[in-house]
Amino acid sequence: MRVSAAAPVPAPAPSGRLEPVVTDCPSCQQCDRVRSKDRRVKIPRPLGQGPSAFIPVKEILQKDLEDAERQIFIEAFVSTGRVDNVTMVMGMHSQYLESFWKTQYYLLQMDGPLPYHYRHYIAVMAAARHQCSYLVSLHINEFLQVGGNPDWLNGLNFVPQKMRTLNEINKILAHRPWLITKEHIENLLKTGESSWSLAELIHAVVLLTHYHSLASFVLGCGIRPELDQDGGYTFGPPSPQSCDSDSASNSGSEEAVNGNASRDGLQELEVLIEKMKLLQEGRQDEEASQEEMATRFEREKRESLLVAPADDNESLSPTNLSCFVEDADFGYKDFSRRGEQTPPTFRAQDYSWEDHGYSLINRLYPEVGQLLDEKFQVVYNLTYNTMAMHCDVDTSMLRRAIWNYIHCVFGIRYDDYDYGEVNQLLERSLKIYIKTVACYPEKTTKRMYVGFWRHFRHSEKVHINLLLLEARMQAALLYALRAITRYMT
Amino acid sequence: MGSLGEVDHSEDYVEEQGSYLQLMKGRGEDHGESGSALAAPSGQEDTVDTPRHFRAQPFPSLPKRAERLVAQAHVTRVYITWGGTLVGVVAGEGRRRRFPVAGGGRKGGGDGFRVHGGGRQAFHKIDLPLHNWQRCLKLLVFSMEKMARVTTVLSGSTITGRTMFCHLDAPANAISVCRDAAQVVVAGRNIFKIYSIEEEQFVERANLRVGRKLSLNFSCADVVWHQMDDNLLATAATNGAVVTWNLGKPSRNKQDQLFTEHKRTVNKVCFHPNEVNMLLSGSQDGYMKCFDLRKRESVSTFSGQSESVRDVQFSIKDYFAFAASFENGNVQLWDIRRPDRYERMFTAHNGPVFCCDWHPDDRGWLATGGRDKMVKVWDLSTTRTKEVYCVQTIASVARVKWRPEMKYHLATCSMMVDHNIYVWDIRRPYIPFGMFEEHKDVTTGIIWRHIHDPYYLLSGSKDSTLYQHMFKDASRPVDRANPEGLCYGLFGDLAFAGKDSMFTSDSNRKTYGGERRYPIFFFKKPDLSEQFANVSSSLNVFEMEGGSNSVDWFVNMAQQYILTGRSLAELCDHNAKIAKELYRYQVAQTWTMLRIVYSSPGAISSVNLNQSIGKSGGLPLMNSLKELSVALNNEPRLERGKAENWQEMNHIHSSNPLITANEENEETEGSDVPADYLFGDVEGDEDDLYMVDHENAPAEEHEYILPQEAFQLRHEIIDNPSAPDHLQDKVESPHVSGNEAETVCLTPIESFSLMSISQPLYDAYLPADYFNSLVKDMLHYYAEQGDVQMAVSVLIVLGDRIRKEIDEQTQEHWYTSYIDLLQRFKLWNVSNEVIKLSTCSSINCFNQASTSLHINCSNCKRPMSSKGWICDRCRQCASMCAVCHQVVKGLFVWCQGCSHGGHLQHIMNWLRTSSHCPAGCGHLCEYT
Repeated sequence: MRVSAAAPVPAPAPSGRLEPVVTDCPSCQQCDRVRSKDRRVKIPRPLGQGPSAFIPVKEILQKDLEDAERQIFIEAFVSTGRVDNVTMVMGMHSQYLESFWKTQYYLLQMDGPLPYHYRHYIAVMAAARHQCSYLVSLHINEFLQVGGNPDWLNGLNFVPQKMRTLNEINKILAHRPWLITKEHIENLLKTGESSWSLAELIHAVVLLTHYHSLASFVLGCGIRPELDQDGGYTFGPPSPQSCDSDSASNSGSEEAVNGNASRDGLQELEVLIEKMKLLQEGRQDEEASQEEMATRFEREKRESLLVAPADDNESLSPTNLSCFVEDADFGYKDFSRRGEQTPPTFRAQDYSWEDHGYSLINRLYPEVGQLLDEKFQVVYNLTYNTMAMHCDVDTSMLRRAIWNYIHCVFGIRYDDYDYGEVNQLLERSLKIYIKTVACYPEKTTKRMYVGFWRHFRHSEKVHINLLLLEARMQAALLYALRAITRYMT
Repeated sequence: MGSLGEVDHSEDYVEEQGSYLQLMKGRGEDHGESGSALAAPSGQEDTVDTPRHFRAQPFPSLPKRAERLVAQAHVTRVYITWGGTLVGVVAGEGRRRRFPVAGGGRKGGGDGFRVHGGGRQAFHKIDLPLHNWQRCLKLLVFSMEKMARVTTVLSGSTITGRTMFCHLDAPANAISVCRDAAQVVVAGRNIFKIYSIEEEQFVERANLRVGRKLSLNFSCADVVWHQMDDNLLATAATNGAVVTWNLGKPSRNKQDQLFTEHKRTVNKVCFHPNEVNMLLSGSQDGYMKCFDLRKRESVSTFSGQSESVRDVQFSIKDYFAFAASFENGNVQLWDIRRPDRYERMFTAHNGPVFCCDWHPDDRGWLATGGRDKMVKVWDLSTTRTKEVYCVQTIASVARVKWRPEMKYHLATCSMMVDHNIYVWDIRRPYIPFGMFEEHKDVTTGIIWRHIHDPYYLLSGSKDSTLYQHMFKDASRPVDRANPEGLCYGLFGDLAFAGKDSMFTSDSNRKTYGGERRYPIFFFKKPDLSEQFANVSSSLNVFEMEGGSNSVDWFVNMAQQYILTGRSLAELCDHNAKIAKELYRYQVAQTWTMLRIVYSSPGAISSVNLNQSIGKSGGLPLMNSLKELSVALNNEPRLERGKAENWQEMNHIHSSNPLITANEENEETEGSDVPADYLFGDVEGDEDDLYMVDHENAPAEEHEYILPQEAFQLRHEIIDNPSAPDHLQDKVESPHVSGNEAETVCLTPIESFSLMSISQPLYDAYLPADYFNSLVKDMLHYYAEQGDVQMAVSVLIVLGDRIRKEIDEQTQEHWYTSYIDLLQRFKLWNVSNEVIKLSTCSSINCFNQASTSLHINCSNCKRPMSSKGWICDRCRQCASMCAVCHQVVKGLFVWCQGCSHGGHLQHIMNWLRTSSHCPAGCGHLCEYT
C-alpha cells in the first residue's frame, strides 16, 4: 500500500545515522573479535538483525527518508534517547507514527493526573497481561528512571493498594472488555485511602488500553528486544549460522512460500480485488434482507470462534512477568459461545467514539481526547491506494472490513455494516492472524504472519497491525468509557 | 395586475372541518426558471397567460409558516393580486382592506411566492413557494376552522398543559411533533411510538414498531413528522435506511417507503417545509440525498466531499436552500437544484458539528452546535459568512432549536455528561436563560411543541422518559447568580460592580458606563418573565488615596531584597535596611529580630542595629531594642552566675530565664511586661518577639564568642544561606565586625569564662529551632495581613531553618500568591528568582513549563524545526551576529520581525545609530 516502497531498497549497509542497532553489523565482526581479544571486554552484539523478527531489515530501513519522516525519528531520539524498534517499524507509516508518537509522549511525559512512576508501572502491568516482555522491560527501566520504588518491581503484592485495585480492570480490559461494568468503576472511585479520582482513572484507562494494544502490535510484528534488553544481545561470537539462518529463513521461507503458492496467492489477490470491485459497484444483485444482515453479524461472531489459533507447541515461558499478573488464566473468551448467556451486543451507533467517547475523555483529560481522535482518524483513513503490486485501488472496503472485524471480535456491532463483506474480503488465514493478534497476541507466530496475504508487502502487513492496534484500543476504550458514563449518570 | 383569484368562504365551507381547497392555476409564461424536477408536475399544461381556470382539490395541510400581520378583525376573504398585494375582506364591514406585504410577489432566483391567509383575529402571512413556475401556480386557500385554531393557539388558549412526563419502554433517540402540536412521535433503537399530548398526561396512541421480525429499519437515529401532512413520518435508521411511514394506512404496519441507498447510518432526515413530497437525508457515508416520495429512489445526491453528514436542514425561507453540517467541522450550504457543488462552505467548529437550525424568522441566521461545546449563530444573508453570536456551553452540543417567537432564544441539549436542557439568550451567552433539569440521562431530542408557541418544550432522553416542560417552570440560573463583583487593581484600586439599586442613594459616585445603562435589553413584548432579569449594574472604582504611591514599597522591596548569596545575618541586615528606607519599620524590625534569633550575637552589635535604634526612635519597639543592648550586657553575667541551676530551670519553666532576666535588669522597659505572657503567647506580635529575642540573644552569645577570631568573616563567601548547616553559619559569623557596640567591651571579659559552660548549655537547652514556632506564627501573621512578600522572603532567607514548620500547602500558597503579584507588576526577574529559590517542587516546575522558543532561521526566514542552531533547510548557522558576522555564543538578541539579530551589545550599539536592521534587510527592527 506504500508507494515509496515500490522499488524495494537493495539496502547494503543502511545509512548509519538513525539505526545504531544495525551499524555494528556482522561485516566488521573481524574487528570485533580483535577488539574483544585485546581488551577482554565482553562486547554485546545484537541477537537478531533489525527491529523485527518477521520483517527483513531491508524492508524497514530506507535510505531515502523524507525530511518530515526523518524529523520524527530525530524527535523520538531526542526526547527518549533512543529510536526503539517499535518506532522503526511504525516508521514504515510515518504519517501514523507522528500521531502515535505525540499521543504516547503526551500520555507518558506531559502534564497529567498521574505521577510519572505510576504511568510506567501501569504500562508494565498492562504489557505483562500479554506477556510482552519487550514493553515490560522497557518500562521497568523508565519506571526506575523517574524514581519509582524498586520494591514495586517485585510484583503486584508490593505495590500500594491503590495500584493493586487497578488490576481488576486491567485484566478485564486486556481480555474481555465487554465485562467491564459501572460497578468496577464504582469500586475504584469509592472514597477511601486508595481511591482513584476520575481524572486519574481516565488516564489509567487510556494507558492500559494503549499498552494492551501496543502489546498486540509488538507481538504481531515480532518486534525484537532492544539491544540493551534481555534477549536483545549476546556476548557470544556471532555464529554465522544463526545470523544467516535468520536472514536465510526470512527470505527463504518467503521464497518458498512464493514459489509454492505463488500461483495460488496471485489468484487469491486477483479474486480479492475483483470482489472489492463488485462490492463497491453495489449489491443490487443480491440485496440482503434485514434479517439476513442481522444474522450475518452473529455468524461472523460465531465463526470467529472457529478461527481460534492452532495451539502452538512453543508455550512461552512467562515466568519473569508473572509477578505483575494476577489471575493469569483469565484470558480472551468468546462472548458468543453457544449455550452461554451472552452479554448484549455493543451497538456502535449507541456509543461511538466520535460522539460519546471523545466528549467524555475531553472533559476529564482534555488534550488526550484530541490526540486519540486524531490518531484514530489517521489510522482509519491511512491508505496509499495500493494493494500488493496493484496501484490505484480504493482500499476503503478492505480497511473497513478489517476494522469492523476486529470490533466484531470484541462484540461491537455496526448497524450499517453488512458483515457478509468480511467473509468475502478476509481470507481465513488473515482472520486467524487478526483474531490471534487482537485477542491473544502472545500466541502469534511467524508462521501466521507469513501465512496470510502472501503477495502483500511487509509495509501492508504492518498497516494491518496498526489497524489492529487502534481498533483494539478503541474497542476497549469504548467499553471502559461506557462504564464510566454509566457510573456518572 | 388584476386580482388573481378570489375565494369565497361560504359558511358551509368553513364548517367542513379539515377540508381544504387548493387552487391550481396554470400559467404559460416562462419565467426563466426551467423546472427542476422537484415539484409535482400538475399534469395540466396551460399556456394562457391570464388567470383562467382554477381547480379545486384537497390540500392536505396548512403551510407551516404563519406570521401575524394584522390582528384586528375577523377576515373572511382574501384576495391576492399579482403585485403581491393582499386584499382581505373584513367581516361585518363588507369592505376590502389592502395589506401591502413586503417581499410579496415573485422575485427572481428561486424565491418563494407569498400567499396570504386570514384568520379570525389575524392575518397570517404564509410563504408558499412556487416551484416549477411555468407549469403551475399553487395558491393556498385556508380553512377558516384551522386558521381559527392556530389563532387561538397563538393567543395561548388552546395549548394547555403542565410539566409532565411519561415513561417510555426504551431510550429515545429523537422526537418530533405533528403540526397541530397534539401528538408527538418518539423514536429510538427499540422504540417507535406516537403519544398524544393531553392536558394532564401523555397517552400512547400508536406503536409503529410492529411486525413479526423487527429489522434494523426500526432502529431509528432520527425521526421527523411532516409539517404539512399529519399522516407522514420519516425515520433515519442506523443501518442506513430511510423509511417513510403513512399513518393513514389501514394495515398495522404503517411503513410506506424504504430507501436503502445510503451505505452508512443515516444521521438525519428532514422534510421540506412547504413541499409535501420532498425529503432530505444526511448520512455517515458523507452523502445527502433528496427523495421524492412519489418515486422509488432518490432524485438527487449531494456529495459533501468530506466526512459524515451530521445534520441537514432545509431553509425555512429560501425554498431551494438547505444547510448540512459535517463531522469535520464544516457547514455547507446547498442549492437543491445543483447537486454538483455546494454554494458555500465554511468551517464552523473545531470537531464535528452535531446540529444546525435555521432561525424561523430571520432569513440567513443559522445556529450550529458542535463537539467543541459551542453554539454559534451565523449570519449567512450576505456573501460573507459572519459569526454573530457564540455561546459556550459545558458539554458537546447535540441539538439546538430556536425558540419560537423569540428572536434571540434557542434551546440546546448536550451529547454527554450533562443532562439538562438549556434555553439561551444568545446575547447573554454566559448564563443560560432557562434550564430544565428533569432528565436523569442525556437528553437526545428536544422540540418546541408548536412552531408558534414558545412556552412548551418537549424532550426525550436516554433515561426512557418523555417530558413536556413548561417554560414558566424552568429554573432561572440567573436568579441564583451573584450579581456583584469585586476586584482589586494592581495599585490598590478597588472595582466593585453591583446592581444599580445599590448605588442609587449616593449619586455623587462616578459610575462607569452610566450612559448605556440598559444597553441591549429591549424586547418588543414587555413580558417580564421572558426577559433576563434586568440586571443593569454599575461599576464603581475606588482609587487608593494618595494615588499609586502606596504600593511602591512592594516593587522596591521586591527588587532590592536580597534573598540568597550571603550569610543569613547579612541578608537580614540588608533587607532590614531596605525596609527601613521604605518606612516599613515593622518589617525592618522583624528582619533584625530574625537575624538575632537565627544568627550569632556578634551581628547584633553591627552598625545596622545601632542605626535602627537611632532612626526608628519613634516606634514603640525601640524600647525593646535598647533593652536588647542592655540585656546583652547583663545576661552573660547572670547566666554565668546561675550556671548550675540553669539546666533545671530551663527544663521546667520556659519562662524562667525571663524572670531572672527581669530581676536583673530593673532598668529595662521590658520588665514591665508580665513574664509568663512572653513565652506563653504566640500572637507573633512584635513586642513578644522582641522580648523573646533579647532574652535569648545573650544565651546564644556565650556560645559563639569563642570561635570568633578563628573564623572571621568566612561565611561571606558561603553563598547559600539556606544550606542546612546554619549552625555553622552562626559559629562563623563575623562577630566583631561592628566594634562600636557595647558588646565589644563585654566580650573580652566574658569570653574566657563562658566557653566552658555555654557550649553544652546551648546544645542541650536552646536548640536551634527553639523559636521556630514563634517565627512560624509571625509568618502566618504577615501572610494574613496581606504581606505575602514578607512571608515568602523570610521563608527563602531562613530556608531549612523554618521550612519544616510550615506545611507544604501553605508554603505553596504563599509562593504562588507572591509570584502572581510579582508577575502582575512585571517583575519577571524577581519572580523567576523566587521560583528558583523556592523549595516546593510544584513551584519549582513553574519555570520549567513552556520553555520552548520558536525561532526562524535568519537566512531563509523559515521556522527552525530542528534542535540546535543549524537550519536544516539552508544548512547554515542561524545565530550569526548581523553586526560582527560571528556566531553568537551567549546572549543572542533578535528582532521578531525579520529574525535577524546578534550579540546583545552589538545590537544595542547599532540601534543607537540606526533603527534599521543591521543585516541590511531593510526591516525597521523593533526590540522591546
